[in-house]
Amino acid sequence: MDLGSLQRRYIDFTSALLREGILDGQFTQLQQLQDESNPDFVLEVVTLFFEDSEKLLNELSRTLEQQVVDFKKVDAHVHQLKGSSASIGAQKVKDVCMAFRNYCEEMNQEGCLNCLRQVKDQYLLVKNKLETLFMLEQQILAAGGSIPMMW
Amino acid sequence: MVCCLGHSEVPMNWFIDAQIMEQKTVYLSDKCNLWLRWSKKFSLRGWKNHLCNHYFGSKKVGETLWRRLLFLWVAGWFLFSIWIFWFMNSQAVEKRREMLASMCDERARMLQDQFNVSMNHLQALAILISTFHHSKEPSAIDQITFARYAERTAFERPLTSGVAYAIKVLHSERDQFEKQQGWRIKKMDSTEQPPAREEDANPDNQEISPVQEEYAPVIFAQDNYKHVISVDLLTGKEDRENILIARESGKGVLTAPFPLLKSKRLGVILTYAVYKSGLPSNATPAQRIEAAIGYLGGIFDVEALVDKLLHQLACKHSIMVNVYDTTDPDKPISMYGSNVTGTSIFHISTLHFGDPVRRHEMHCRFTQKSPLPWLAITTSIGTLVIALLVGYIFHATVSRIAKVEDDYRQMMELKKRAEAADIAKSQFLATVSHEIRTPMNGVLGMLQMLMDTDLDITQEDYVRTAQASGKALVSLINEVLDQAKIESGKLELEAVPFDLRAVLDDILSLFYGKAQEKGLELAVYVSDQVPEILIGDHGRIRQIITNLIGNSIKFTERGHIYLTVHLNDEVMSSLDVETEAHSTNTLSGFPVADKRHSWESFRIFKEEHPASDPSLLSTSSDLINLVISVEDTGVGIPLEAQSRVFTPFMQVGPSIARIHGGTGIGLSISKCLVGLMKGEIGFVSEPQIGSTFTFTVILTRQCTNSNEFKSSEFHGMTALVVDHRPARAKVTKYHLHRLGINPILEIDPNQVLTRLTSRTVTTNMVLVENETWSKNTSIWPFIINKLKADQLDIPKLLLLANPTSSVKNNSGSMEYISTIITKPLRASMLQVSLRRALGCGDSEHSRNGRIPQLSLRSLLHEKQILVVDDNIVNLRVAAGALKKYGAEVTCADSGKKAINLLKPPHKFDACFMDIQMPEMDGFQATKRIREMEAEINNQIKSGEVPFEAVGNILHWHVPILAMTADVIQATHEECLRCGMDGYVSKPFEGEQLYREVTRFFKTATKKNQ
Repeated sequence: MDLGSLQRRYIDFTSALLREGILDGQFTQLQQLQDESNPDFVLEVVTLFFEDSEKLLNELSRTLEQQVVDFKKVDAHVHQLKGSSASIGAQKVKDVCMAFRNYCEEMNQEGCLNCLRQVKDQYLLVKNKLETLFMLEQQILAAGGSIPMMW
Repeated sequence: MVCCLGHSEVPMNWFIDAQIMEQKTVYLSDKCNLWLRWSKKFSLRGWKNHLCNHYFGSKKVGETLWRRLLFLWVAGWFLFSIWIFWFMNSQAVEKRREMLASMCDERARMLQDQFNVSMNHLQALAILISTFHHSKEPSAIDQITFARYAERTAFERPLTSGVAYAIKVLHSERDQFEKQQGWRIKKMDSTEQPPAREEDANPDNQEISPVQEEYAPVIFAQDNYKHVISVDLLTGKEDRENILIARESGKGVLTAPFPLLKSKRLGVILTYAVYKSGLPSNATPAQRIEAAIGYLGGIFDVEALVDKLLHQLACKHSIMVNVYDTTDPDKPISMYGSNVTGTSIFHISTLHFGDPVRRHEMHCRFTQKSPLPWLAITTSIGTLVIALLVGYIFHATVSRIAKVEDDYRQMMELKKRAEAADIAKSQFLATVSHEIRTPMNGVLGMLQMLMDTDLDITQEDYVRTAQASGKALVSLINEVLDQAKIESGKLELEAVPFDLRAVLDDILSLFYGKAQEKGLELAVYVSDQVPEILIGDHGRIRQIITNLIGNSIKFTERGHIYLTVHLNDEVMSSLDVETEAHSTNTLSGFPVADKRHSWESFRIFKEEHPASDPSLLSTSSDLINLVISVEDTGVGIPLEAQSRVFTPFMQVGPSIARIHGGTGIGLSISKCLVGLMKGEIGFVSEPQIGSTFTFTVILTRQCTNSNEFKSSEFHGMTALVVDHRPARAKVTKYHLHRLGINPILEIDPNQVLTRLTSRTVTTNMVLVENETWSKNTSIWPFIINKLKADQLDIPKLLLLANPTSSVKNNSGSMEYISTIITKPLRASMLQVSLRRALGCGDSEHSRNGRIPQLSLRSLLHEKQILVVDDNIVNLRVAAGALKKYGAEVTCADSGKKAINLLKPPHKFDACFMDIQMPEMDGFQATKRIREMEAEINNQIKSGEVPFEAVGNILHWHVPILAMTADVIQATHEECLRCGMDGYVSKPFEGEQLYREVTRFFKTATKKNQ
């Protein structure tokens, strides 16, 4: 694939992500923060996000499986997850987290479990997409091109 | 009186003053007067007392005390009135009793006197008989003589109805006596009472007296008692006793009363013994019996006599008299009077009829029952009624007050509820509008995206319509939200530095399209005394001005809309000067309403403002008082609607809403906003001429020496403005001045040439107003040619034109014109046009958008910043963002670490702190940091720690900004309460970050200076 089509694909892919609401403006802002002095900023942050989220999701699954659910703890985790997803612009994850927190407040275990499933789905989705994106970036960079900017 | 005191003290025992002494001197007669006085005092005191209760005691206690007092009052006066009744009644009875006693005694005395007179006379008669009958021989008195004498002297014995004389005859002398008299001694009828016998005995039928030791036959009698002659009195039981006692005692003796048969009345007989002459006065009873030779008896008709007596007294009917013989106290014998025994009062008087053995009494009672004591009844009832009335008045007053208080409380309650409801409504509105806004933004975004896709014309039209409607809806919601915010007091004004002129230029560009459509001239003028940079809420000022201009544009079909900004002091000083006719010297030549009337009601102009004093002006604070006016030449506001212009949702008429749309809350919001900025808003409007809205705001001056435009490439140039309308030229001059160009005004085009050739100043450009141009197009080629001929520098000719005015039509000399500048004039636009005309290089000078980032960069550059967040991703992102602006970022993932890092002395210039963190949240951490700083500052102050040791800083206060995802009011307040300096939303948003950072870095540098 030549560089031009790669770049076009990259743009299409990114705009599709934004359009579908998987990512929001925050992600583009992140991209803007990346410059020569900080070339791997987005990758770095997103990797951090993945690590953090995976840890949190595991924690959440364990907490919610218990007989007596410690909703405070659940809420703290979800808050954390919400914060980091908002920071990287994973909008859908964030949205589900918001619903999740409401269920926590209501101490609705059913709802929480349901939300946890959704969060996991969304997380996997965004992870998948972001990985694809990074792969594209890598390819573009390997082909000697520059990453097209979205703003 | 003691009793009275006792009564009156009961309700008044709470007075412990002199009045109670006064009360002691009260007599019943003046009781009424005093009572009135008392009641007055009481009521006055009662009031005071109540007020005391009301203000100083608890209400409940006061009420029960009042009730008790009232009860005591009523009960006390009730008892008192009963006492009055009793007292007066007893007085009356006493008086009556005394009257009766005196009357009774009087009667008794008279009766007694008359009786005594009769008795004396009888005695005299007895002496007469002893003298003329017994001492003479033969007797000088016979029956006829006696009868006649007795008859004749009857008036002397008013109480006797008859007299008789009986002689003592011994049995031995009987026969001789009988022979001598010619009749036999007869015996009294044994079956009958002696008086009966005396009265109707027929001498023929009467038995002869039986043989006895001695006899006492009657020899003389008054004519009406003639029948008793020859009857032996000793045979009658009563007479016998009488005779025996009389001759024994030598005094008159009375019988018990008995009914007289003839008159059916009661009578008594008085008997006197007649003695032989020469009886010593101290004779023994035996001697007296021996010496007795005869007996004189008088019959007293008691009843008749008493009647007679009473007749002589005037008021005999008023009392009833009973006379009793009470010799035997157990069995009193009634001698006179009907036998009525009433329970009413009576009086007993003793009678002395000269008989020591017999006792008589006179009983008197009133014939009529005593009348009801009306005086006592009315007095006591009156007292009671007045007391009750006074009590009622007190009660009514107290309950009235209680009711009013209750009502007041209720009102307060209702007011509170209403206010709560109002706030709830506002909050509801705020929430709902906010909630609507969010999806609306989605709708609008989607529509925008839809526009970008491949649409045919119809679809695009639909989408555009939908988007326009959506935008209208959003702006409406924003208005409602504003209104609600203002009403619920949640609207807070920002205080950021801004360039007013740039803001006004922006507003003008906003209305460019609309003004163009309607062919209106739109202009702005800002007095050069207004500072470049002001601190205030430019968004709100923009909102107010936008609203006013929007309204003006709606209602103006021709002419102009002119926005002017002056300092308050300028306006004040121009008030006196500006007296020229306003109507012609306007922007578009159309007459306008005199704007001075629009601020007539402003307080700021009325009171002697200290700023008007020039000496104070220089020293006065940084407060800038702006007067902003929007003048239009529209239809004006009908006079009847002018009063409700600022009322929310009130429009001039229903048709207006249909024609022009709008909700009608814009002006109301503007008024509120102006109020929030400590300003005032007013207007003047003349139908068919136009309206002028004026408002004032108070802003803060920011000292700045940089002027972007003035240092532009045009600095020092000179421009000739040719415009026959000075008001319009003023606007042009203002804009040129902003660019650093020195403008010269020329009203007359014919003078342009002289101006240009005068050579005193080099004119770099000539700006000609289109109207002036078209008035005299032919002169311009002449001028140019003349200049060309003179080998002079031909200045650039620029035409100022309204967008609609047909510049192209008068193109006769258009070739000389370098550029047409389309109004409304704005500094940036003018700059671009001039640059194009003058051929200056187009350096990148775009102000917008880049500014925050650039400024942020300059502000944050090499600043040491600590970012605290437990969320590692957030931490990384925030750090990245701040690094982007050139800051040196240190990260901490918990509040505790942050505290350690921020322990003075430290190197940080600022700290961004997440609020929600486990273990220790941002608020707590901030509190701790502030405590630490305060400690250090105190130590520095007191010299415990040399301030060199803590980094040469006298006062430690690191700016802490909260980072929070949900920016709600409560969080903001909480932030400030915990000592934070502000908050930024998370993830970072450029402008907000800039705003907050400028604020605290500015204050921080101030503090450190």
